[in-house]
Amino acid sequence: MEKILEIDDLHVHFSTYGGTVQAVRGVNLYLNKGETLAIVGESGSGKSVTSNSIMQLIPSPSGKIVRGSIRFKGKDLVQTSKKEMRAIRGVDISMIFQDPMTALNPTLTVGDQLTEGLKQHSSVSIGKAKKKAIEMLRLVGITNPESRLKQYPHQFSGGMRQRIVIAMALICEPDLLIADEPTTALDVTIQAQIMELFKEIQDKTGVSIILVTHDLGVVARVADRVAVMYGGKIIETGDKDDIFYRPQHPYTIGLLQSVPRLDMKEDILQPIDGTPPDLFAPPQGCPFTARCAHAMQVCANVHPATSYLSDSHQVECWLQDARAKRQPV
Amino acid sequence: MAIYLIRRFVIMIATIFVIATLTFILMHSIPGNPFTTQDRSTSEAVQENLNAHYHLDEPMIVQYGIWLKSLATFDFGPSIKQPTETVNDLLVRGFPISAELGMWTITIALISGITLGVLAALKHNGIIDYIAMTLAVLGISIPNFILATLLIQQLAVNLQLLPAATWSSPMHMIMPIIALATGPTAIIARLTRSSMLEVLTQDYIKTARAKGLSPAKIVIKHALRNALMPVVTILGTLVAAILTGTFVIERIFAIPGMGKYFVESINNRDYPVIMGTTVFYSAFLIFMLFLVDIVYSILDPRIKLHKKGGS
Repeated sequence: MEKILEIDDLHVHFSTYGGTVQAVRGVNLYLNKGETLAIVGESGSGKSVTSNSIMQLIPSPSGKIVRGSIRFKGKDLVQTSKKEMRAIRGVDISMIFQDPMTALNPTLTVGDQLTEGLKQHSSVSIGKAKKKAIEMLRLVGITNPESRLKQYPHQFSGGMRQRIVIAMALICEPDLLIADEPTTALDVTIQAQIMELFKEIQDKTGVSIILVTHDLGVVARVADRVAVMYGGKIIETGDKDDIFYRPQHPYTIGLLQSVPRLDMKEDILQPIDGTPPDLFAPPQGCPFTARCAHAMQVCANVHPATSYLSDSHQVECWLQDARAKRQPV
Repeated sequence: MAIYLIRRFVIMIATIFVIATLTFILMHSIPGNPFTTQDRSTSEAVQENLNAHYHLDEPMIVQYGIWLKSLATFDFGPSIKQPTETVNDLLVRGFPISAELGMWTITIALISGITLGVLAALKHNGIIDYIAMTLAVLGISIPNFILATLLIQQLAVNLQLLPAATWSSPMHMIMPIIALATGPTAIIARLTRSSMLEVLTQDYIKTARAKGLSPAKIVIKHALRNALMPVVTILGTLVAAILTGTFVIERIFAIPGMGKYFVESINNRDYPVIMGTTVFYSAFLIFMLFLVDIVYSILDPRIKLHKKGGS
């Protein structure tokens, strides 16, 4: 399969008054054409920073990509000039943000916001742009798109607005769509609808999707592959089935166990004890050591190398190291 | 919309009526009358004749009635101090000059204030930001009459670049406008900067960047319009401040605008002129506030002028 995106050894740091935050510490990722990759992890694990890095939308000058490369269709986006990057944004790579209530400018009409990207990047006529906007609104399931174009964001509900945001992201027919927690701010029934919409759009347009989320339900529904992030690193990646049925990293296991299930016997949740590592001074070894029930001495001192469990399934954990003692489960 | 305008108009009239009444009460509660301040002593008979001529010997309530009638007919009668001129003459002569000064001031304050504020916000914590904000603090803290006298001393007296007073050519206009516009410019700059900084962190700015729009387009189309809301909000107050500022500035620069008549009329107890200018000023200010509301609703579609009637 053709790889549309390859992230190699990405390091992103933020300078703050309190010191330097090492938000992303050596992320390796790839995305195949037409697939959906979910990046999961808790708040502060670096998943949003990773996705913003792809768009080169890290807030500067505080944030900086200090090392690594992001190859999109063979081109390293880290080295790309600002001007070239502007031509890529919205055209080749689009992004959807978390909160549809704030992602739209309250003072401009929906039609204006939908078409402005198109007008910026191609010399379409106003009539054609409008036509395209109507077509996009129809694609995302907004009824009566002709009259809706003249309306302002506050005249739409949250779910509708997210649909508009999605339409906006897709209007230039990008190859890659990055959705940063697209359903977090929506209520559950709308979440399901939006996720269905993502699938539908992917079927129709063949767009590759990176879905950043902390909602494993969302992941199970739409993702082909999953990358689990913790403490600025990707600690486990694999096909959806690998992650959900054969999780190997204690953190992934803990994450899956902390999701409430209808068939759960106990009436209490199983949270992962402890707090995420301090990324001002990230631990030398595996970032999960402090919270890990299986931690060994080596875990605290040296970060484990990647273990390849199958073609698709990789994990960074000492338990999977060839030298670790096997115990029959 | 029409209903809104009508309702708004009725409220304006009511406000002016209240102001007119309060002015009447205040004016007559100041001891003395137009003739007590005169140097030359007048005989009692003359005094009585004068009082009768200006209805000053009538009961208050009758005078109030006369005043309301003159207000309703827009005819404030002749000035007591300068009987050859009517109050309307003074207004017609003075207002265009004051309006010219005021409009230039507000235009320049808006343009330079917004520009400074935007630049400061874009170069947040940079050198431009520090310079702009230092200037803004200075601008806010120096009263316009101090600035006016300083300007006159430096530019007119020492350097002899500009004429020191009066209002006859563009050169004459420079100093009064600078003196009057500095304060508002500083206020607008600070306000624009802070609201711009806030707007620039909004998600829709991120969305706009993610669309690949040019920085200029992001700032002008997406950020500025939202950032200007607070500026428009204080515009009403600012117009009032500039208006009162014109009294002082017109006096310092000997500009024959309305402010001059306004201040003189109070000193002279020139009742018709006080009444005329006060009501005129209030009507003007009320109208400006109304305009601000209209502009507000144009800038922000979420604000509707008419309460009823949905989206």
